[in-house]
Amino acid sequence: MDYLLVSIIKILIIAPLLLATLAYIVWLERKVIAHVQLRVGPYFVGPHGLLQPIADAVKLLTKEDFIPSGVNHFFYWAAPWLGLMFSVSAIAVIPFGPIVEIFGVKTNLGLADINIGLLWILGLAGMGVYGIALAGWSSNNKYSLLGAMRSSAQMISYELPMALALVAPLLMSNSLNLREVVDTQAGFVFGIIPNWNLFTGFQLVGFIVYMICAFAETNRIPFDLPEAENELVAGFHSEYSSMKFAAFFMAEYCNMIIVCSVATALFLGGWHPIVPPAIATFVPTFLFGLAAAVLFYHSSHPIRPTDRKSFFVFGVIFAAIALVFLAPAAGPILNSLFWFFAKVGFLLFFFIWVRATLPRFRYDQLMKIAWLFLFPVALANLVLTAFFVTLFSK
Amino acid sequence: MDLVLFLTFALIAVACALNMALQRHPVSSALSLIGVMVSLAVLYVLLGAEFIAAAQLVVYSGAIMVLFIFVIMLLNAGAEKMTKKAGTAHFLGFPLLVILLAISAWVITNATSAMKPVKFGAFTKGGPYEVGWELFTRYLLPFEVTSILILIAIAGAYRLANKEME
Repeated sequence: MDYLLVSIIKILIIAPLLLATLAYIVWLERKVIAHVQLRVGPYFVGPHGLLQPIADAVKLLTKEDFIPSGVNHFFYWAAPWLGLMFSVSAIAVIPFGPIVEIFGVKTNLGLADINIGLLWILGLAGMGVYGIALAGWSSNNKYSLLGAMRSSAQMISYELPMALALVAPLLMSNSLNLREVVDTQAGFVFGIIPNWNLFTGFQLVGFIVYMICAFAETNRIPFDLPEAENELVAGFHSEYSSMKFAAFFMAEYCNMIIVCSVATALFLGGWHPIVPPAIATFVPTFLFGLAAAVLFYHSSHPIRPTDRKSFFVFGVIFAAIALVFLAPAAGPILNSLFWFFAKVGFLLFFFIWVRATLPRFRYDQLMKIAWLFLFPVALANLVLTAFFVTLFSK
Repeated sequence: MDLVLFLTFALIAVACALNMALQRHPVSSALSLIGVMVSLAVLYVLLGAEFIAAAQLVVYSGAIMVLFIFVIMLLNAGAEKMTKKAGTAHFLGFPLLVILLAISAWVITNATSAMKPVKFGAFTKGGPYEVGWELFTRYLLPFEVTSILILIAIAGAYRLANKEME
């Protein structure tokens, strides 16, 4: 019963946080792309457009839910929610931190700690195709159908090299449980190089293959052929509006979080810091303190008149966060959470950065990359890793 | 808790299986089949065979059924229509189904007297480690023969596809 209660509390904390994060990643993406393109992005709803996601949510909720003629009603209705369900439930096995003790209760920072964690994520990634395929098929629109076809073919093709790239770090950790995989990456080699699979496991090739596949799996630029505007209107979600459209949007961003979290757990050492622990404890405080200092400086030398007030408030918030990391009780827990989310955040930023930078591939190029380049490379990486693991484990 | 979950998902599996046979549209049928497979995966988890459950999800509902749906959509197969011979099938189908069910029920009841009932979670050989160990020691030959069979199938599919292109 205790376990059930703890699980329910964790779900009640993680689910709203996840939804809020999904909304604010959209804000982040719009801001980052805007700054790459020398614009300011959302600015008018709330300070620096911070309330824009809420305005978007209200807009989408109150919009007319338009259903085109000739659609298969049941599947048209079910497809977006199926897609969202599969991507959201993958968050259950992501370990955000180590096993900790909060108020006398010992628990792991994550929802489920199962010994097939990675297989669960791969299984759900495979199921995620149904949302898109059914949406395209039931919309009764040729562009939707073509988009859905492209998306399913692409996801099936890229799942293979992705799984092969993921197996190599698993070989070294000898476990499918993501928390145990992270645990084997603790510590430092020569006191300075973190013992992550990316560095001491020599998985740079695997990591790059995985990241390329991750872009394809989430249908992001440069692999966003399923929603190529100039060819297919909006691809599989052309005919969707209102909350159903929002469900597709949320599923895409949730998938981004999942693939970034998996990369963090398998290649980047999960919640283990990149610098030795003696320094690592103070890094969050230092970074947030630095951000606060910069904000205070800009509030005293404002470029725009509104910055004087808004930057000061943000500076106070960041300074408060910096001090929280020094608290003796919460410090260690927050520290590991900080390192996990910093890595995931960096990878998410990388996704957005790539979207602002690269053009789209052609469809035949997309398939060629998967089958003729990524697949052999991932296979060679796996064979080499397996060889060295057997060589050194004896 | 286990019993409630078992009954729920067993009922879902049976309902989906019936729905698969009763639906006229191929996509609906295929989706019902996915429902059956997912509920079976849940039943495997309840028995303690996590790896098999995950494999069920990844392989059957994740890969094979996607291809099914893919083909149905590519062919743009519409709802099933009644043909002239369908009348006989209607007439003979139900009694034959009852006979089939009776025979299988008889076989199962006779066979189960020799089997032990399975308890929830009592089965401990379903983890990735145990399955992998068995595959590479005791069942190595069947495992390798299956891989060669699949390889032959891939080569055959490649040949057939190439022939059509020429």
